[in-house]
Amino acid sequence: MKKKIALAGNPNVGKSTIFNALTGMHQHTGNWPGKTVSQAIGEFQYRGMEYELIDLPGTYSLISHSEEETVTRNFLCFEEYDAVIVVCDSLCLERNLNLALQILEITPNVVVCINLLDEARKKKVMINLELLEKKLGVPVVGTEARKKKGIDCLLEKLHSLESERKKPTKVRYSRKVEEKVMELEAILKKKEITDIPLRWLALRLIEKDPVLEKEITDHWKISLSEDQAISKVLETNSDIGKDIFASAIMQKSEQLTKEVVSYQNPDYEKRSRKIDKILTSKRTGIPLMLLMLMVIFWLTITGANYPSQLLFDFFSHIEGYVVNFLEFISCPSWLNSLLVGGIYKTLSWVVSVMLPPMAIFFPLFTLLEDLGVLPRIAFNLDKGFQKCCACGKQALCMMMGFGCNAVGVIGTRIIDSKRERLIAILTNNFVPCNGRFPTIIVMISMFLVAANSSGIASISQVLWLTFIILLGIGMTFLISFLLSKTLLKGLPSSFTLELPPYRKPQFFKVIVRSIFDKTLHVLFRAVVVTIPAGTLIWLLANISIGNMSILAHVNNFLDPFGKMIGVDGVILTAFLLGFPANEIVLPIMLMSYLSLGTITDYASISELKTLLIDHGWTILTAINMIILCLFHFPCSTTCLTIKKETGSIKWMLYSILIPTICGIILCLLTTFFFRLFN
Amino acid sequence: MSQILTLDCLKIGRSAKVIQINHTGSIRRRLLDLGLVPGTIIKAELASPFQDPVAYQIRNALIAIRKEDSRNILVEEL
Repeated sequence: MKKKIALAGNPNVGKSTIFNALTGMHQHTGNWPGKTVSQAIGEFQYRGMEYELIDLPGTYSLISHSEEETVTRNFLCFEEYDAVIVVCDSLCLERNLNLALQILEITPNVVVCINLLDEARKKKVMINLELLEKKLGVPVVGTEARKKKGIDCLLEKLHSLESERKKPTKVRYSRKVEEKVMELEAILKKKEITDIPLRWLALRLIEKDPVLEKEITDHWKISLSEDQAISKVLETNSDIGKDIFASAIMQKSEQLTKEVVSYQNPDYEKRSRKIDKILTSKRTGIPLMLLMLMVIFWLTITGANYPSQLLFDFFSHIEGYVVNFLEFISCPSWLNSLLVGGIYKTLSWVVSVMLPPMAIFFPLFTLLEDLGVLPRIAFNLDKGFQKCCACGKQALCMMMGFGCNAVGVIGTRIIDSKRERLIAILTNNFVPCNGRFPTIIVMISMFLVAANSSGIASISQVLWLTFIILLGIGMTFLISFLLSKTLLKGLPSSFTLELPPYRKPQFFKVIVRSIFDKTLHVLFRAVVVTIPAGTLIWLLANISIGNMSILAHVNNFLDPFGKMIGVDGVILTAFLLGFPANEIVLPIMLMSYLSLGTITDYASISELKTLLIDHGWTILTAINMIILCLFHFPCSTTCLTIKKETGSIKWMLYSILIPTICGIILCLLTTFFFRLFN
Repeated sequence: MSQILTLDCLKIGRSAKVIQINHTGSIRRRLLDLGLVPGTIIKAELASPFQDPVAYQIRNALIAIRKEDSRNILVEEL
């Protein structure tokens, strides 16, 4: 029989590092049944015993607010398991022990794992683990999970947990409460409730948590609050203060912490605070954030140029061999043309345009994430979201959207309020993802910046790009505000945001993790959607009705509307066909202009510019192209993700309509003013 | 001399003892979970660029709270 172990802890305490250290590659992820909360389960062996480890979502307490916390609470209360590992942050022991004490009220089979001991040592915070073990009455282990230190000890304590004599410490409440607990326990004993401590149940009945009460009714199919004997005990409940439970547990953990922790350097957080002052001050906070954004863009743009070119060359070099090979196996010429001209070319375009910037952007972004900078950005921007009646954590999802909007949409799970989460989902597409950056950058370098390759040009490129991003962020605020006043009316819910201590990121791990988890993942999905898209584009361009290809018919059909909003039919068709992946918008457009049957590569920016100008492009067309690129329907993956996360087609349709309408209105405006002044 | 005020009026850099939390529902519980129970000593640590929210040092963690919410927390300045 496998032993079932649950892993619990506050958010941001290195729970997943412990999970990885214990299970290695033997893990699988999915969603909790019926919830949009991700679930990770792993397996490991120790001394011939097999274990299954369930990573519970991070939570501050067992009284739940969010979906994630409900998952954790329900698991610990109602599921069967053999033991719980409670992971605690050594630098924030008071609040972490609070959760440990709450879990000890449910089960004595607990191993408390004090993680991040290296951070504590660095800051000269000493923790007496033996004393803590004695005081808590359950095994306590110190770990430095990032360096894999203490994991053996954790395994050993887990292994011997069963045979150990545990005397978990109990939180004592006021005399009145304890009397009621005794009475209730006596009543509950007669009921057939077996798998949960009656003391815990009695406490929760006195506390009167309506959500939990419903879960209890659902689980045991008995209604406790309707029981006459119980409600009689609870009747005289009114004189018990509301917070005595939370207070009593908190006081106990405060007292425990005082006994086991000693600070040799009370000023240990001085440096962190100094950095915080600079990153969040009135004068420097916002400019520094912008600067950080620009540096990341600059590194991405300039760093990706060269490898992109290399990949292009590589793929066109291989192309000849592929054609020869297909001829060698006597593949019919139309199939050859479809495979090479349709699929291969689209694929190689997507890979060479997307891979290098992503391989630079994602690691940089993950570094910021690991450093602890992202919560500071959310902190700086919160006032804006407050004014829009939205949640400050939306800033975090927005930043994830720079990488990939689908990832940003999944990221909105951190927002508790359903209304605010929907706002974050519907507006996520207003910041451009990595697939849209290249198109915007090409437009900037062709029409907005004098085309030469000197350093100044790339800096003005970055400035333009930053301006365009700010436009997207501004639109995020505006639409969030409008949504709060119309479709998703409501007041901002209360909000607390933890600013975790800065941590030195592990460079190597960050790079490996972001390349494997994010870059390759996104690339894989792009490849998967590109193959059918490439086929479709090839068919449209190669099948003729009358004397024109279908693609040309579509272009002509959309042209009048395109002209009205200051672009043309070709551009609109490209956006429509680019629905599977935003990366292929530009190549489809070029293909139509050249009236070729396949996706085209452009030799140089200036050649491309000449081609576009020959087709009637002006600076207005370029500007509107950028606007449409920023504001149009999300790609297919993002749409599917939105449908999955909101569970409704209605919200998916809104997420398509809102940005598209914004884009069209903005284009109409620019066209109107441009024509007015020319 | 001690002075009772609402948390949003506590100046940056000053410490105070929590007296009472006049919230109901989930925010009350959330604040309690974060360790903001009556008697706790907290310190106003950082103001964001627009002065709202403010981050407080609560039991060794830095927690940002909006003025809207801190207005309903009574503290005694130390």
